[in-house]
Amino acid sequence: MSPAEPPGRPGSGVPPGAARGGDRVGEDLNRALHGLLDDDSSVYVLGEDLLDPYGGAFKITKGLSTRFPDRVLTTPLSEGTIVGAASGLALAGGKAIAEIMFADFAALAFDQILNFASKSVTMYGARVPVPLVIRCPSGGHRGYGPTHSQSPQKHFIGIPGLSLFEMSPFHDNRAVLDRMLALREPCLFFEDKVLYTRRMYPPGVAEELFRWDLAGDVAVVRLDPGPAPAGDPSGCLDVPSGDLDYVVIVPGGLAHRALAAMRALLLDHDLAGVLLVPSRLYPFDPAPLLDLLGRAPLICVAEDGSAGGTWGGHVAADLHTRLWGRLRRPVKLVSSADSVIPTAAHLERDVLVQDGTIRRAVREGLDG
Amino acid sequence: MDRLSDDDLALLLLIRSFELKLLDLFERGELNGTTHTCLGQEYVPVSLRPLLREPDWVFSNHRGHGHYLARFGDPEGLLAEIMGRKGAVCEGVGGSQHLRRGRYLSTGVQGQSLPVAAGVALRLKRDEPGALACVHIGDGTWGEGAVYEALNLAQLWRLPLLVVVEHNGIAQSTPTALQMAGTIEDRARAFGIAHHHVDVFDLSRIRAGLAPLIDSLRADPRPLIVEFATHRLGPHSKGDDTRPSGFPRTDWYAAYQAAHPAQSARIEAEARARVDEIAADVSARPAATWTTA
Repeated sequence: MSPAEPPGRPGSGVPPGAARGGDRVGEDLNRALHGLLDDDSSVYVLGEDLLDPYGGAFKITKGLSTRFPDRVLTTPLSEGTIVGAASGLALAGGKAIAEIMFADFAALAFDQILNFASKSVTMYGARVPVPLVIRCPSGGHRGYGPTHSQSPQKHFIGIPGLSLFEMSPFHDNRAVLDRMLALREPCLFFEDKVLYTRRMYPPGVAEELFRWDLAGDVAVVRLDPGPAPAGDPSGCLDVPSGDLDYVVIVPGGLAHRALAAMRALLLDHDLAGVLLVPSRLYPFDPAPLLDLLGRAPLICVAEDGSAGGTWGGHVAADLHTRLWGRLRRPVKLVSSADSVIPTAAHLERDVLVQDGTIRRAVREGLDG
Repeated sequence: MDRLSDDDLALLLLIRSFELKLLDLFERGELNGTTHTCLGQEYVPVSLRPLLREPDWVFSNHRGHGHYLARFGDPEGLLAEIMGRKGAVCEGVGGSQHLRRGRYLSTGVQGQSLPVAAGVALRLKRDEPGALACVHIGDGTWGEGAVYEALNLAQLWRLPLLVVVEHNGIAQSTPTALQMAGTIEDRARAFGIAHHHVDVFDLSRIRAGLAPLIDSLRADPRPLIVEFATHRLGPHSKGDDTRPSGFPRTDWYAAYQAAHPAQSARIEAEARARVDEIAADVSARPAATWTTA
């Protein structure tokens, strides 16, 4: 089930907060979990292979079981029961974080997610708190093949009482964890595996050409306008038309691919755009972004996973409705190919969304 | 058959009268949706009643009216829930098989509650030692994989989990012989979980057998499976009983009535009158309003 070689290469030997940029995203998440367990004695973490020295298949739970042995519990290979028991802890006054080793295996917990945890919030007439986070390492580019590489977000969209979040190199993991638990309803937290070894972007700077700020929970990345007006991060949405040839919206896992596409579009084609990376994918309220989006010559939503009934499709439909009459072009959607995700690197590359896929989509969209 | 206390018999016959009233209301077209009555199985929750304590959680299933009534003695709230009227326990949202009140909770998917109960039991073990989580399931529930995942976890983690199996020999329309290989007892043994068989109706004998086992589960947490050999007298839901006439369906009440006719007649009359009155009252109430979005 799990790869023979522990895949979370952040491993133990990686120094925290090394020279280039911030900490690795996986380390940031690990530290967030340490802090959360330390600060709140009602928090439990359940999942497979969590115990030290292994510390989870991707090492995200490393050190937790040593420090909090009675609240960090390694489980049998029973995803349905991991989520069910976590729901029970949450119903009985605790807070629970369940780790699903690979997001693909969330399918094994689908009944507990769809028919119990999310429904429990409202189906008993009065609102029942269910502070539960289900962590789902998702996505490909690691050669794990068809059943260990998927981005199954779309299967969980539109379920009352269930929120979807996605990890990103912009969003502080502790703040996101706190927010999810404070919602007091089940949340799926998708963690694109490629992010674990990438670095968090330090405040303000994204690569050398771009600057990022938060507008609500949406990271807004745009061409660096030079020194920002002091103390006005809300101005990040006031992008001048000359720097707004397109907007790309992606979940956190695609942030680097989108940034690479933006860089190429700028340097090779003189096209400047804005990247939007929301923390909470569903429900997603684009209202604060509508002015920016309404002015953009093209909106492109890119995501991993095959097309059809997707998050991107949902966002696009919403934007078409809200911006009808202002949109200059149809929202351009980018998904993975309609295919299983092959194991061999060259085959996998052809199926998954790459920076080139996004770059081509923006150019096609603008030409179309 | 030993004479029951008036209180026990009154609760048994309250449940019986309540369920008969539901079938009657359905026939008259006054109930929406579906319901599953526990006719014939009333004594299961009634026998457990004095053995459970307030901090204990109870997880009920689709056939749960008796479980609710034995815990709360609240036919008004339950009927209002089933009829979607004011005063409904869950504002009419949950209906017959999704009830929650305090530490009582039912769900409509087979086997689903066992993992949840295991999580609750884990929390109880740490924070409220001595309390347990009790889960009612049927023989049909043993087809679900969630049962085995949860039993494994409960035994592995020594959780105070009381699994009450109401083995009525029929899963909806499918007899046990067509849906279960082997036995529940052997399945329990495979996990090293203690199994206790109840094949009598006599409440005092059932309680005497269970009390030390449940006490011990509280003092030294671990799961326990109690299997009642029981009979579902009515249909699975409303008018869907396809069992042949020879299918065993022993009614504890027929036997009890024969042995104690005067007490039975008196208490049954009281129970029926009470339920008639409640049904008239609840039927006349305005519709339930749901304010939680």
